[in-house]
Amino acid sequence: MLKVGIVGLGKMGLSHQSMINAHPDAQLVAVCDSTAYVLDVISKYTGVKTHSDYKTMLAKESLDCIFIATPSRHHAAIAEAALRQGLHVFCEKPFALEPEIGFRLAQLAESKGLVNQVGYHCRFIAAFTETKRLLEEKIIGELHHLRAEAYGPVVLRPKGSTWRSQKSEGGGCLFDYACHAIDLINYLVGRPQAVSGTVFNSVFSSDVDDEIYSTLHFSQGFHGQLCTNWSDESLRKMSIKLSIWGTNGRINVDRQEIQIYLRSLTSPVEDFTQGWNARYTTELTRPVWFYVRGEEYSAQIDHFFQTIKSGRGALSNFRSASDASLVAAMMRQDAAKPHTAIEAGDDGAHLVASTPFPKGEKSFMQRIFGGGN
Amino acid sequence: MIDRVLFGDNQFFGVNHMSEEKARQQAIRFQNMGAVIDVLDDAYAEGIRTFMCTTHERMHEVCDYFRVNRSRYPDFKFFPCMPYAHKYANAAAEHGVVGAFRNFLPEENALGALLRGGISVARKDIEGLAALLIDAEMKMFAGLSTPVVFLQNVATDFLLGLRFDQAFRMFADCIRERYQAEPGFITMNAPLLLDRLEKIGISNPIICANINKIGFRMCGGIQAYETVFAEGRCRLIAMSVFASGALPPREALEYVCKFPRIQSIVFGASSRRNIAQTKQLVEQLTPSGEAIHI
Repeated sequence: MLKVGIVGLGKMGLSHQSMINAHPDAQLVAVCDSTAYVLDVISKYTGVKTHSDYKTMLAKESLDCIFIATPSRHHAAIAEAALRQGLHVFCEKPFALEPEIGFRLAQLAESKGLVNQVGYHCRFIAAFTETKRLLEEKIIGELHHLRAEAYGPVVLRPKGSTWRSQKSEGGGCLFDYACHAIDLINYLVGRPQAVSGTVFNSVFSSDVDDEIYSTLHFSQGFHGQLCTNWSDESLRKMSIKLSIWGTNGRINVDRQEIQIYLRSLTSPVEDFTQGWNARYTTELTRPVWFYVRGEEYSAQIDHFFQTIKSGRGALSNFRSASDASLVAAMMRQDAAKPHTAIEAGDDGAHLVASTPFPKGEKSFMQRIFGGGN
Repeated sequence: MIDRVLFGDNQFFGVNHMSEEKARQQAIRFQNMGAVIDVLDDAYAEGIRTFMCTTHERMHEVCDYFRVNRSRYPDFKFFPCMPYAHKYANAAAEHGVVGAFRNFLPEENALGALLRGGISVARKDIEGLAALLIDAEMKMFAGLSTPVVFLQNVATDFLLGLRFDQAFRMFADCIRERYQAEPGFITMNAPLLLDRLEKIGISNPIICANINKIGFRMCGGIQAYETVFAEGRCRLIAMSVFASGALPPREALEYVCKFPRIQSIVFGASSRRNIAQTKQLVEQLTPSGEAIHI
């Protein structure tokens, strides 16, 4: 039995607690949160031991591993303390906000031989895992373009009261939505070497970005686009979709299905046909021991425990998560530098270089409702 | 008494476990409540009398329609399934876990209700809070027949994992006492849930679970489920019998209908043809003389 502690009982922490509790190889020893009434309710009704400070929990409890689900800003310090104490660590995404800190912690975990995993759960969605396999088999030939899109309804009004709406706490669409898409891109086709033309836009939020668009450069002849927007009410929950074009066809994939268009059958692979093929989640998804909100959330927790037991490397680790943070940092830096664009000149006939939106330009909502930046 | 065939609502609210494109097409088609009512009319004409539906905010309009036209549908029943979880999950991301609950406490009678809600949270009086939240979800069904009220699977399974078993007791008591209805539980982990419900004294519960030939989202494994089917310790409603379209209708229903202890089947469809076909298939495959009422 692996003895487990959880730090942070928000939406993700409680959801982890539910799945860990039900896992046959794990024993939940203690949980920790700074909100007293959440702790009181949890302690009264579920009987688990509670602490209000993670340092106390680490000092008093005998643990094998911890799950960190605090606001993002605290991830690195808690992960480091746990690693120094010799614990295996599962940390919610986006792991460390600064890539340098992330890579340093990856190094620390690796040098101690400790399992380190980050909650990029999309790597555990069967449709994406299968896409990874198909891409490795080069089923659609040499890749030349991809488009990754993540949309959903998180911020739909100007006000928000949690850490997700504060830049200093690691809030914003970049670390909440874009990071999932970036990590999935890194997982499926490798990390882009460069980014350009990045746009961060605030639709409703005053302190953070609500949408991000960026051009990704992978190699000569292989580029991509990232489009993310967490202020899209037309969806029930986050929806990530990738479209990937290769010399032999195209793949469209989301959590439900993979659509594969093949120009020709390069090898007698499986039962694909020339033209469109479809694979559905119902046939791809492997059963889990306990289901709460999607197989991938259960599967990533099971993967963490099995990795500790087997000593294999985790599929989504501190290093791969730091790669995602690195691309996020590239995008931040790219967006902050002055951009030049080409626009039609006053005469409508000639082209001129311009800076489309000088720094300090008001956001869409500020232009409509007033307020400055 | 629960009918053999129940009508579900996933198709109306952009839920399709197989394709986001199909889900969006359905959301567009059913944006107009008139289109939803038309399909419910078709279901009624085919002899379906029970609509098992999420407490989605758009359900208000459906409820209004059936209240106004009660004489046309005198025997039509609703089985509300609460809560509509995305509403809470999105609010938790925006307002925090406690803020999310506050957000959904009743607005009318604002002072009293909010005060009660506030005190409930402060005293950890979860039972009081649960009653307030259930009342808020049930309000739209006022005056309609709601003989069974379900706890949605996200809530059931989340609480099941937490071992917050008393919450099931609170839910059951509240539904029985305040609504004179039977509590039901939707789950993806039926064998485990059944054990735990029995431990807190909820015997012969109504459980609605994925039951399909390919074992899709049947946690604990299809064998554990089949043992449950054989034991008769609960009243079972099968959902996701077609595994989101992965199984052809006849093959799918043959599997479910061979277990006489599975008393009801809930399915969703958008056309009268599909509704009629599914209902007829179930009737045809149900051995005559079997107890088909709960």
